[in-house]
Amino acid sequence: MIQARITKRFPPQPDSAAFSLDIEFQAGAGVTALFGPSGAGKTLTLDSIAGFMHPDSGRILLDDQILFDADSRVSLRPQERHCGYVFQNYALFPHMTIRQNLVFAADRHPRLERHRLVNEMLERFHLTDVSGRRPHEVSGGQKQRCSIARALIGSPRLLLLDEPARGLDAPLRAELYSLLRRIREEFAIPILLVTHDLEECFELAEEMLILREGRIVQSGAPREILEQPASVEVARLLGISNLFEAEITALDPGRNTSRLKFQNQEISGTYFPGHLRGDRVWLCVRAEDLRAMRQNGARPEPNQVPAKLLRTSERPQSVRLEFSGDISVDMPRQEFERQKDNKDWVVEFPPDALRVL
Amino acid sequence: MAVNWFPLWLSLRVAALATLVSLALGLWIAYLLANRRFRGKELLDAVVTLPLVLPPTVLGYYLLVVLGRSSPLGHVYEWAFGGPLVFTWQAAVLASTLHAIPLLVKSARAAFETVDRSYEKAARNLGASDWRVFWRVTLPLSRRAVIAATVLAFARALGDFGATLMIAGDIPGKTQTAAIAIYDAVEGGDTLVARVLVLVLSAVAIAIVYAANRLQQRQVTG
Repeated sequence: MIQARITKRFPPQPDSAAFSLDIEFQAGAGVTALFGPSGAGKTLTLDSIAGFMHPDSGRILLDDQILFDADSRVSLRPQERHCGYVFQNYALFPHMTIRQNLVFAADRHPRLERHRLVNEMLERFHLTDVSGRRPHEVSGGQKQRCSIARALIGSPRLLLLDEPARGLDAPLRAELYSLLRRIREEFAIPILLVTHDLEECFELAEEMLILREGRIVQSGAPREILEQPASVEVARLLGISNLFEAEITALDPGRNTSRLKFQNQEISGTYFPGHLRGDRVWLCVRAEDLRAMRQNGARPEPNQVPAKLLRTSERPQSVRLEFSGDISVDMPRQEFERQKDNKDWVVEFPPDALRVL
Repeated sequence: MAVNWFPLWLSLRVAALATLVSLALGLWIAYLLANRRFRGKELLDAVVTLPLVLPPTVLGYYLLVVLGRSSPLGHVYEWAFGGPLVFTWQAAVLASTLHAIPLLVKSARAAFETVDRSYEKAARNLGASDWRVFWRVTLPLSRRAVIAATVLAFARALGDFGATLMIAGDIPGKTQTAAIAIYDAVEGGDTLVARVLVLVLSAVAIAIVYAANRLQQRQVTG
């Protein structure tokens, strides 16, 4: 279990604006993703935990051991923190072979055990065949595995991964994900994964922390966060494309209904607890939840909004339709084949897919 | 007339010792300058650079003042080793060391600072002490630049004249190094000795600079 409360202010520099990091979280065994755009403070958070950055205030606890405490002026050296760290560029020592990289890291173990442990790790991470080569002589995937093996060989109590999938192509990415899932099973330690890839969070993380401008803006299971983003910023970070300014014109808890007005249209949704009639809100709908179809009859049916198709673009599983009014709809390809000659389109907003922020 | 080879051997021996001393001292100072933050850091850098910009006679004068027979340090040395430091070949080593050390510190500091910090971070993260990080990571990754700097430092130690003359003197068979012997030979009209020593020293210098350049080129290309 890692518990961290970190604040750190960076005064403005000639080449960068002022930045402040102010975060608090805890994470147990399993993968916790630190998700956010570049410059949100994700790597700074890892560096504070690993002891490469000195926070102004706060406290970092790992399994009841204090790694850092500003009040009692405790700050363990990076060497004493036992945090495995997989760096963004892997940082494999270029003048050592793959084996020597692991031997260097196994220094904490008794001499006799070291040799056996290194062989075991080489075997486990499929590196035995290339153990005599230098890092620049092996493939990207092998470098990747070596850096993870090196971080794990010292039996860390926490694993920090800084964008491990960066620069890997799809097959290597898949390989990495299955490797990390295996590590999650075999090592019962907290794993903090820095990423700005949402799919990665869904692939690997039980929990995710969304960072923005040095703050945690939302935390929870990836599925829950996607279901109910806490703010329009989070929704944007999650890549939710349909965000509309709207007004709540009616709320009925008894019948679990509501009415929303946006872009001069009125549609109904489910009851939104915690909101009042007349609230100005953000209406948020995922593109795959919307349905587009040909207008039947002279007038659109309830919850259908007439729209003009502006553009279509291909996606791996679907076609994205972009309509007037900034409405995006993801449609399965087969259905699009049937509908592509439509002239008058309407977009249907299913009441239970509507979220307000 | 036979050429006396003693000055050449003395020069090589003095330069070799001076290189060793400045290597030990220079790497340490370079490490401090590259890795630590402390008060007076840039002052230390300036003081270490001084021998590069001061006339060698000024350097020799300082040495005489600090280590001469009437100075406190000179007294301590006499008490400890049973004889004065000045006008011995050890004094020549000291003069050559001071002459050579700026080159080493400058190059080594630059080399240490160009080592990608993430390697040092990784090493510390893996539990390596600062000592181990330096010997196993920083130094090996900058070894070519450091070796090249050491070779150049040797060449510079070999060529010291002014400071050596002032503190070690010109005692034939005792403290007369090649550079000083050449000066003496020219003064005394002994052109043969002067030519031979000049040629040998030039050849050594060219070989050294050539080797140092090759080392540095390979550092760049990988």
